[in-house]
Formats: sequence, C-alpha cells, structure tokens
Amino acid sequence: MTADVHIKAVEHRFNSFTALHRVEMQIAAGEFIVLLGPSGCGKTTLLSIIGGFLTPSEGQVLIGGRDMTHVAPKDRPTTTMFQDYALFPHMSLRDNVAFGLRMRGMAKAARNAKALEMLDMVGLADKAARRPHELSGGQRQRVALARALAVEPDVLLLDEPLGALDLKLRRQMQEELKAIQRRVGTTFVHVTHDQEEAMAIADRIVVMNHGRIEHCGTPEEVYLTPKTMFSAEFMGETNRIPVSPAGEGVTSPLGPLAIAPAEGMLCLRPESIGLSGEFSLGRATLVEAAFYGSYHRCHFRPVAAPEMLLTAHLPQGAHPQPGAEVELFGRTPVVLAPEAKAAA
Amino acid sequence: MKYLSWAYLVALFGFILLPVVTLVIFSFQDGRLPVPPFKGVTFEWYAEILTDRAMMEALGNSLIVALLSSLVALTLGFLAASGLARVVLPGSVVMRGLLIAPMTVSYLIIALGLLQMFNKVGIRPSLLATGIGHVVINLPLCFAILYAAIGEHQKSALKAARDLGAREWQVLWFVAAPMLTPALAAAFFLAFTFSWDEFIIAFLLTRFDVTLPVEIWSMLRSGLSPATNAVGSLVFLVSVIVVVALELTLFRKGSK
Repeated sequence: MTADVHIKAVEHRFNSFTALHRVEMQIAAGEFIVLLGPSGCGKTTLLSIIGGFLTPSEGQVLIGGRDMTHVAPKDRPTTTMFQDYALFPHMSLRDNVAFGLRMRGMAKAARNAKALEMLDMVGLADKAARRPHELSGGQRQRVALARALAVEPDVLLLDEPLGALDLKLRRQMQEELKAIQRRVGTTFVHVTHDQEEAMAIADRIVVMNHGRIEHCGTPEEVYLTPKTMFSAEFMGETNRIPVSPAGEGVTSPLGPLAIAPAEGMLCLRPESIGLSGEFSLGRATLVEAAFYGSYHRCHFRPVAAPEMLLTAHLPQGAHPQPGAEVELFGRTPVVLAPEAKAAA
Repeated sequence: MKYLSWAYLVALFGFILLPVVTLVIFSFQDGRLPVPPFKGVTFEWYAEILTDRAMMEALGNSLIVALLSSLVALTLGFLAASGLARVVLPGSVVMRGLLIAPMTVSYLIIALGLLQMFNKVGIRPSLLATGIGHVVINLPLCFAILYAAIGEHQKSALKAARDLGAREWQVLWFVAAPMLTPALAAAFFLAFTFSWDEFIIAFLLTRFDVTLPVEIWSMLRSGLSPATNAVGSLVFLVSVIVVVALELTLFRKGSK
C-alpha cells in the first residue's frame, strides 16, 4: 500500500507567526523522504498537516490524488509514529499493534495474527504478551513502528522517531527503517534535525528553514551541490572563500583559481580539500592537526591569505607535520551566489 | 527536642481522633446518655437502629443518591476534562474557570439557588433533587481531578488512537478511560463520600424520603442518645471502608 503526496501552496500561520510560506512539494509513491531542518523550521508543522492534525491556513494536501486537506486523521490513509512512541500503557504489545485493525472492525483472530506478523517483522514476536513499560526504548520504538504499519497505511509519517535513542541504537534503527521501508513499499515521510540520519536513510532530503524549502534533492545533491548557503552549512562543515570572475577562472584571496567563472562564495567541504585534486588552492601552512580515527582533521593557513583558516580532512595515510608548507587542491567546487547567501 | 516532637505527634492525632473514638465508645454505653461515666458494654443501641425502619430506609436512600450522583458527576467531569484537554478553544480558560467555580460557593447558597430554581420548573424536593444538587457540588471536583491527570503522555496516546482510526467514543472508551483509571476511581470515591456525608443540600431538597444525615439530624432533635452514636459509628465505618479499599486497590497499584 503506497501513494504519492502532493503539497500544493500550503501556508500555515499560528496567530501572527507564519510557520510555512507557500510550500510546494511532490512526494512520489514509495519514496523515503526526510524533512530536515533546525527546530522551528516548520518541518513538524508540515508533517502534522500531512497527517491531518493541523489544517493549513491556505493550500491543499493531495494523497494518492485525493484532496485530504480537511479530512480527519482517522480517515486518512496515513499513520504517524510519534516522537514519544505514544504506546497504550494498559495494553499488551499485541493489543497495541492490533488496535488500528480493531478500530477497522477486523475480527479478533485475524487481527491478532496480523499483529504477531508485524511484531515478528520488528523482531518482537516473543514479547507479544508484554506491556510497553517492560521494554527498552529501542523496543518501544519498534512496537510503535509495527503499530503504525499494521493498518497498511499509504503514507507513514515519522516524527523524530529516533531522537531519544543513543548513537549506536540510532544507527541500527536507521538501517532497519530503511530495510522495512523497502520491504513494505509504503511512502515514508521522516522528520529529523540530524543531517547524518537524513543522509543515511533518505531517497530525497527536503532541507527546510524559516518555513521555506531551501533545497530538495538526493543526499548526494544536497550534500555535494547545495543550492543555498543555509543548506550548505546545515548539511555539514564547509570552507567559504569569496570569489569573483576573472577571465577563464576566478580570483580569490588565495589568488586565481581554475574553476568556472562565477561571482559569490566558493564552498568546499573539508574532505574536498586535499594534497591532490582538480584545481590548486595555492600553498598553505599546516597550523594544527588532530587524528579522528578515519581521517586527520587539519587547519591550514594559506600563504596568500594568512587571515583565513581552511579546514581539511586528510586520509589516514597522509600525515603532515605542523608547520609544514604544502600545496592544497580542491574538488567538487560549489559557488553560491551572493543573493543565495542573503536569503539564508 | 525528640520527646517534644513525639509529644506533638501524639497530641495531634489525639486532637484529630479523640472525638471519633469517644463517639464510638459511647455508642456501646449501657445507659440512657452517651456521656461519662462509661457504664458497660451493650449492643442494644445498634440493635435499635438496625431495626429502625426509617433509619434503614434513609441509609438505603443515601447509598443510592451517593452512587448515582457520583456516577453522573464522574461521567460529566470525564467528558468535560477530556474535551478541554483535547483542543484549545478561544475561552478555554474561562470554561475551566466556570466548571470549577461551584467549588468556591458554599453548599448553603447552592442549595438555596437549587431550591428556588426547582420550585420554578416544578421539581419537588426529593431524592432526585438532592442527587442533582450533589452532582452540582461533585462535578467540579471530578473535573479538576481528571483534568489534572491528563498529561502530555495521555494526550499523545489519544492522538495516536485517533490517528489509527478510532472514533471519538472509542478513543474515550478504549484509551482515555483505561489510562485514567486511578484518577477516575479517586474522583468517584471522593464524590461518593462527599455525597454520603452531605447534609445542607439534602436537608433543604428532601421532604418525605430523606438521606441518612437528615435522618440523624431529626433524631438528634429529640435529644442525645447512644443510638445517635451508634449511627454515627456506622457512617464512619462506611467512610473508613471506602478509604481502605481505595488505599489497597489504587494507591498500591500506582506506587508500583
């Protein structure tokens, strides 16, 4: 069971505060979409509007081509996995998972069989008779997922479901979520403020800020070729070098650079700077280096612009000495226009 | 210092419990007056009130009024609390205030108001009128207890139930009520004991069929007798049973 979602010019206001500014979004059936942004960016508001807990001030929500803007949550083909799990403490896991089916009038034997099947999918079939308070956080998480998927929704909405888990468990749940999503084929809309989580699970990431969509694309697109300064900075650390066109290339405080002419801010990820690459960044002195396990994190002071500090992640093998002067190279340059910076 | 605090504790409990203990002791008085000296033990007075038909009828009336009025107050309070907890309406604060307001008005004033209004609409003083009066005083209590018990945890579970396709009555019946069982029981038992003990409203709003406190009052008018002590002890016993039952069932469960 799956369906596409179409958000048409949705605007939402809380009293005088505008939480969403005419948001347009197309979600394909079976897609794993992640709404990503800092708190207060409107991602949870958008999720609540898709789930039917909020009615937008303006605009429309189409699910599977049908207008759902004014339909109550119980009548929508969506279910939500809540941040605090919202399990029913007085029911066994089996009854929790079977609740949605019971509300749909399914007979007891059938719904219990289905509930066990769902619990089996999340690896908790042997605990069907337990109560939620006897479980760990990660296990409650799985029950909430099983309960939301038991009614075979077209769209599953996940409201920061992994926020309360520790890092290791979160990684594991991310992989499981992704695997389960591929298996059931349901459209997943997942809200988070963690960009690593977003990249790990999403087919497409929607970066939001101040009630607007900043960038919508695959994890690679959003990370490597951000469209705005905000998404560049939010997706991860970035070095910023102001550039302006000059002949075939650009000029910068580092000197002329051999990239396509453009006016704006050159953004380079720390791992896009190295001792070899597509274009030279000139010579620089290593100020500081720290070993982070999978890479060395190095701060370089360019010879041409000693007031700048470039951060580079060098591979394990390369072991520069502090004080050494080397030539730096860059890869995958992204130049963001000044107006894009102003918008962020 | 240590002895002083123990002495204070003993004095405190003495102050609270001595009247009740005296009442119970002199209900066994083998004599005509429930005053010292204590002349010996007899069950004569208990036998007298237990065979007193008016008294037993009043006791039955009291039980019925307490039971039904508490159930009505509990139901209305539950619906009001879950409704107001669910949505934020313009004027929610005013609505909550209005619901709780009767708590601040003295029972005498409420009884007078009801008496006049019942006169207008043609409801005679009766057990029904008293029951309505008890709903008026207990509804704010039930509402306040239940509203306070609905926290964020409950709210999100109710939201999840709606999301999974439950209709509003199913949300209340399958999720809200079971999750609020301790608060529902506490509200019910409190409402029950308040109605069971209540005198002023019952006195003004009954005529032929009366509740136990009213019957006891009319008995007191004919003078002191160990029989009144015996009735008082029985009323006290019922309250104790309710409190102990509450302690054993709910609070033990809640502390788990």
